[in-house]
Amino acid sequence: MDRTQCCVQLSVQPSRALVDERFVILVEKAPPGFQLSVRALHQCEDGHSWEAFGHYISDATGTVNVSQDLSLGGTYSGVEAMGLLCSLRPVPGSKPGLRMRKKDVQAPMMVTISVYQGHQVEGFVDQVPLASVVVERWYVAPGVRRIPITDHGLTGTLFLPPGPGPFPAVLDLWGGGGQLVEYRAALLASHGFAALALDYLTAKVIRETGKMVEDQYFETAYKELQKHPQIVSSRIAMIGLSFGTTMTLKMAIYSKVVKLRCAVCISGSHVQPIEKSVEEILSSFNDRADKTRINEENQVIWRDLLLPIPTDPSLKADVGSLQCPLLLVVGEDDQNWPTKESAEDIQEMMERAGNSHLLTVLSYPDTGHLIEPPYSSHTRTSNFKPVGTNQKVTVLWGGQMAAHARAQEDAWKKMLAFLRENLYGGRKASAATQSNL
Amino acid sequence: MLASTMPLQRSVAPILCVQPSRALVDEKFTVLVKNLPPGGPFTVRSLHLSEDNDYWEAYGHYVSNHQGELSVWDDLSFGGTYTGREPMGLLSSMRPIPGSRPGLRLRKKDVTTPMLVTISVYCGHEDYRDQTPLASVLTERWHMAPGVQRFPLQENTVRGTLFIPPGPGPFPGILDMWGGGGGLLEYRAALLASHGYVCLALEYFKPGEMTSANQEFSYFETAFNVIKDHPQVKTDRVGILGLSLGSAVTLNLATESSVVEPRCIVCVSPNNVFSQQTSIVGAFGDIFRFPVKHDENNCEIWREMILPLLKDSSRKVKKLRCPMLCISGCDDQNWPAVESVDDVMETLRAVGKDHLLTRADYPDAGHLIEPPFTPHFRATNFIRGSTMEKVVMLWGGQTKPHSEAQEDSWRKILSFLQHNLYGNDHARSRL
Repeated sequence: MDRTQCCVQLSVQPSRALVDERFVILVEKAPPGFQLSVRALHQCEDGHSWEAFGHYISDATGTVNVSQDLSLGGTYSGVEAMGLLCSLRPVPGSKPGLRMRKKDVQAPMMVTISVYQGHQVEGFVDQVPLASVVVERWYVAPGVRRIPITDHGLTGTLFLPPGPGPFPAVLDLWGGGGQLVEYRAALLASHGFAALALDYLTAKVIRETGKMVEDQYFETAYKELQKHPQIVSSRIAMIGLSFGTTMTLKMAIYSKVVKLRCAVCISGSHVQPIEKSVEEILSSFNDRADKTRINEENQVIWRDLLLPIPTDPSLKADVGSLQCPLLLVVGEDDQNWPTKESAEDIQEMMERAGNSHLLTVLSYPDTGHLIEPPYSSHTRTSNFKPVGTNQKVTVLWGGQMAAHARAQEDAWKKMLAFLRENLYGGRKASAATQSNL
Repeated sequence: MLASTMPLQRSVAPILCVQPSRALVDEKFTVLVKNLPPGGPFTVRSLHLSEDNDYWEAYGHYVSNHQGELSVWDDLSFGGTYTGREPMGLLSSMRPIPGSRPGLRLRKKDVTTPMLVTISVYCGHEDYRDQTPLASVLTERWHMAPGVQRFPLQENTVRGTLFIPPGPGPFPGILDMWGGGGGLLEYRAALLASHGYVCLALEYFKPGEMTSANQEFSYFETAFNVIKDHPQVKTDRVGILGLSLGSAVTLNLATESSVVEPRCIVCVSPNNVFSQQTSIVGAFGDIFRFPVKHDENNCEIWREMILPLLKDSSRKVKKLRCPMLCISGCDDQNWPAVESVDDVMETLRAVGKDHLLTRADYPDAGHLIEPPFTPHFRATNFIRGSTMEKVVMLWGGQTKPHSEAQEDSWRKILSFLQHNLYGNDHARSRL
């Protein structure tokens, strides 16, 4: 194999990219018709190792192009240009229930891509690859500025695109796990949107007072964005995932302070007792805990808690009175929230109210709850500790890997286009908004 | 709200997008601006603060289309430091900002960090210096790909830096040498390692200290062997790349050495004046037997001085044993590069070895043929090796053709190295 060892060349282009950019992996100068495994290895910030691999056969010129060729097996199969990232999973022997989430967004995710002889399924670590390269995957574009926000009792991080601005802005909310999760906001800033990642469930003020935040917390965050000299105060949107959707709809519809240019709701529902505090909303969900289902693998399914979708209008956000464009992203295999049923009801409500022209629903088959930026590994189940409990469970989020990965890629593209059109768009966007007044 | 009373096109910044935002220095980028007023005059500008604290810039004058977009890749520049369709004009036409010290040259010293370039778009085609840009982004240009390792050599005998690509290897190797300016320049070696070669950037004399130069031929043979004997290098696949004086050393090693056998050589701005018997110092002494010529700006022109020496030393080229690629600028004012290659070609033809030589002569290109998208320097400050004098050296070349020569020659160099150092045995021409 000495001759082979020198000859095989591996290239990944680009070698440095944003996490939502594709790459092309090329293996060249292998013997023709040669069995090869292409493998990705990543060590995350927690120290756990994640890997993915595909099985290929080189063509007559000794080439494998991962973007064009079929993977015949491994952690992914078929033609999957980004399969090596989408199908990353903890190496055998790892702790169960892990989820990969970048904490330090200012350092890149480093992935080693290697090519091995033969169709291997295990034991990569004991072998010398034929070739190996390193790629950097970044959450921030060069020049993006990261600014911790701690004024006025807020716990958040503002990401500003490079340049003088002024920029439109997005208030970015994650879900019931709490914490300050920065990576989506960092990525949005890399696409030209000032973005404020806000912790609203485990914020400092909550830890210190023992009390949940009120509407005012979100309104303060909104006003902080408006005040910023590099942000256009009339071009602010909100994006929420899971419980973040609940908050987004609450603000978009009921707040007298928050005037959104548009909203994006991912994997969420409009079902919430209206005119109640955040604390009361959370309680109302917890009250239905008896509807929790546990499957054979001891995974928790929470989608039934909010079902059936109520007919009582006091139990769901009045989407019929929304005045800004709304993009809903739905995973049809969401086992955590009844996203699909909620989206259908939202559609009905808005049609009855006559504002359904504001609504766009992106509904994806075999897609689960955790619809993340593209090429992130799909998490079907993971360990989870909901805020306000001491209980760690294994939650079933849902989704089948290949379909879920496709949904993430498609949804992200469409979300960015939606945000660009509504936040950067000129006369067209404002005319659409004005026609509803 | 103040924002809503402003005219719509000023209420939010245009979108400026440079793709890729992080790249190797030899990769192209696209620069796209959207959300501009349609059919308006705009200036796209690049700005870079060098390690020496000088500002370098380039700019082009564009007109946005009916959708308020402009694309540096597709559109034409109507003025600035470059005109016409120049996708990489924002880098290749860079020059020091007005008021800078004269005779500057832009060369990256620390290759572990990227070159940072700010790309901005301004309103209008007039002077933008007092304006705030409409939008601005930062782009990184790297000499080292992720995973490339840098090892300053600790060995006493050989001074330089070794770059090793990521992966187990073994890899082909390259000995990389610069010219008569001396010193240790790592950036081309780092870039070659990013293309899959173990590469040694060799220092063979300190700038201006010609008398202390490593004169012995054995120094270069030892350097070659440092690469060849490295555990991650394929011993029979080591080549040499040299520019200017470095190409003379390269040719020497490929023809005169009984110790080393390069698999192929690349000579940029070549000359073949030196034989094994002549030390570098001695050779310079030979050159300066003739009086130095100056142009109207008092820049030194050396090409005329070297020309007569060619006749004496072509004989050794007969002993060439490996493929050779020669890259020359037809407007090289420093060395008679094209004449040197003519000379080499003649000698090789006489012994039936001309199939070993591939030449690329570039019209209106000068002496300093560097990796692509780097600025062109027609004349820069230089410390004369033998006398420690500071002079301004005329290198030659016109910016646009020189930039094109850099882009084209680099592609040819990489493809030549790939073919000879990575190629299968039966694909190579044999003696």
